[in-house]
Amino acid sequence: MAKLNKPPVTEAGRFNGVLTWVDQRFPLVALWKDQMSEYYAPKNFNFWYYFGSLALLVLVIQIVSGIFLTMNYKPSAQDAFASVEYIMRDVPGGWFIRYVHSTGASAFFICVYLHMARGLMYGSYRKPRELIWIFGVMIYLALMGEAFFGYLLPWGQMSYWGAQVIINLFGTVPLIGEPLAIWIRGDYNVADATLNRFFALHVIALPLVLLGLVAAHLMALHEVGSNNPDGVEIYKDIDPVSGHPRDGIPMHPYYTIKDIVGVAVFLIVFSVIVFFSPEMGGYFLEANNFIPADPLKTPEHIAPVWYFTPYYAMLRAVPPMFGSQFPGVAVMGIAVLIFFVIPWLDRGRVKSIRYRGTKYRAWFTIFVISFLILGYLGVEPTTVWGEFAKGLPVIGGDYIALWVARVLTVVYFLFFFLMPWYTAHDNEKPEPARVT
Amino acid sequence: MTAIVRDDVDEKRRRLLLIGTSAAGTALAAGVAAPLVSSWFPSARALAAGAPVEADVSKLEPGQQITIEWRGKPVWVLKRTDEMVKRLEQNAPLLVDPESKASKQPAYVKGVSRSIKPDVFVVEGVCTHLGCSPTLKKEVGAASDMGADWPGGYYCPCHNSRFDLSARVLKGSPAPSNMTVPPYHFAGANDATVVIGEDPKGA
Repeated sequence: MAKLNKPPVTEAGRFNGVLTWVDQRFPLVALWKDQMSEYYAPKNFNFWYYFGSLALLVLVIQIVSGIFLTMNYKPSAQDAFASVEYIMRDVPGGWFIRYVHSTGASAFFICVYLHMARGLMYGSYRKPRELIWIFGVMIYLALMGEAFFGYLLPWGQMSYWGAQVIINLFGTVPLIGEPLAIWIRGDYNVADATLNRFFALHVIALPLVLLGLVAAHLMALHEVGSNNPDGVEIYKDIDPVSGHPRDGIPMHPYYTIKDIVGVAVFLIVFSVIVFFSPEMGGYFLEANNFIPADPLKTPEHIAPVWYFTPYYAMLRAVPPMFGSQFPGVAVMGIAVLIFFVIPWLDRGRVKSIRYRGTKYRAWFTIFVISFLILGYLGVEPTTVWGEFAKGLPVIGGDYIALWVARVLTVVYFLFFFLMPWYTAHDNEKPEPARVT
Repeated sequence: MTAIVRDDVDEKRRRLLLIGTSAAGTALAAGVAAPLVSSWFPSARALAAGAPVEADVSKLEPGQQITIEWRGKPVWVLKRTDEMVKRLEQNAPLLVDPESKASKQPAYVKGVSRSIKPDVFVVEGVCTHLGCSPTLKKEVGAASDMGADWPGGYYCPCHNSRFDLSARVLKGSPAPSNMTVPPYHFAGANDATVVIGEDPKGA
């Protein structure tokens, strides 16, 4: 075993002794070199490359604040709402811990959505990074589950009816729907049993899955190396003297220091929200959730938290077919799952949007705009633009917003379904030989 | 000490053993998973709480509706006026499923009234779209703030599903079918009590 002859650690001053002792029993130096000091990342990372490390930071914030919330929260239908109010009013600093956790949930999705947009723009899902992307989409799915389970826990009206609506989505599955919904709830409606199991999933099951997926995401990334805004492979152009990519710089200290700047800016924004506007005008915490869950009374207007609303708008946009609500549910599911196959839909010769042609740029722009408008429509009632169409022979009448959502849902899917065509026949510019 | 040479390995036998142990292991894992999966079904306590419930309907005023909790769901009992019952006959053109053929209701509940007695209407107050609980808007027309052609009925605030006073879904609603009528029967002197969650004797 060559490893027994590892050289002693020499660059840690007074810690040389203890680190040498550790390194002879644990691959400390090798890990540090592989992942940090000798992991060469492209030198041209820009603003968009902050959001991966920020998402990791938010994961840590959520785990720490979550652990402290469980110390005072009681997962039962009897006590849950009161225990959250207890945290808010009576536990010293409890309000801070909870607002950090609730703001963190939204911050997580902001980071992940921007991180995904970056991946789409620069073709970070293209060969050989398909698995990084797939692990990433799995993280996104796990995160959606985590957010959904967590949202039931305060046991407010919105928690309750939101869970009711989402679980009933499973109830629309043909043949097994109703038993499936009862199995998920553990009762005939959303009840104590549901809350209890969602708590278990939220605090232990999904966090473990998330951590595992994040590890896999990073391991796959460090195996193939990072993409960059030019989409040029820096790992093909190795400097024969140093043995490192010419266009690469070590993760540490260059990008660790850069990311700390991002962290500082992020924490400023995060703190402003936590201290001055934790509810974010009803977008981060909904007003109806300050009313205890009442199984017999549905609130006037039900909307999920903002990060689910694009899909919710699609769900509402699909009318029932064959006496079943299932088609809408299927559309919503496919809208999320379709991200898995992007690596195989894209036939472009270049990776980055910088060298793509007008067709891809146009489709990508339309896609992002559709996603944003769908997100907005999902927050509002389906009659939101009704007054604009009053007295006009406009299609949809009061429900003009519903028709807009229908069109945008189609556009959303066309971005994916037509991708093999418009990426293959695009007036792309040639990629440069090296990063710019 | 003899070195293991390649020829000594019976690949066929090794493969068979590998498949055998893998299959046995998988079966064992499935066996262990079964109690975990079944633990998610309603517990004995939840099943017991799903037993039938009773409500006194003898003191209901015409037009009055009460809500009874059964299996955690709101069950409405609406005392319909004669005009309300008459109006049900005219609603057919507005409805998706006027005969309630594709909707859930017991066999002993028939026709436009969807009830055992036309004036006492019992229904699960759960929208068939995604399970919200609609609101009663019993006045006909603009008095309910639901537009002039409103026949009187129920409105779901979640996604604008609309139903008539037999909880039959109106065309253009996202809900795919009429609301569900639970099993129920009358009991006591003068049928003063309605028992929800249990079929009538002999039905």
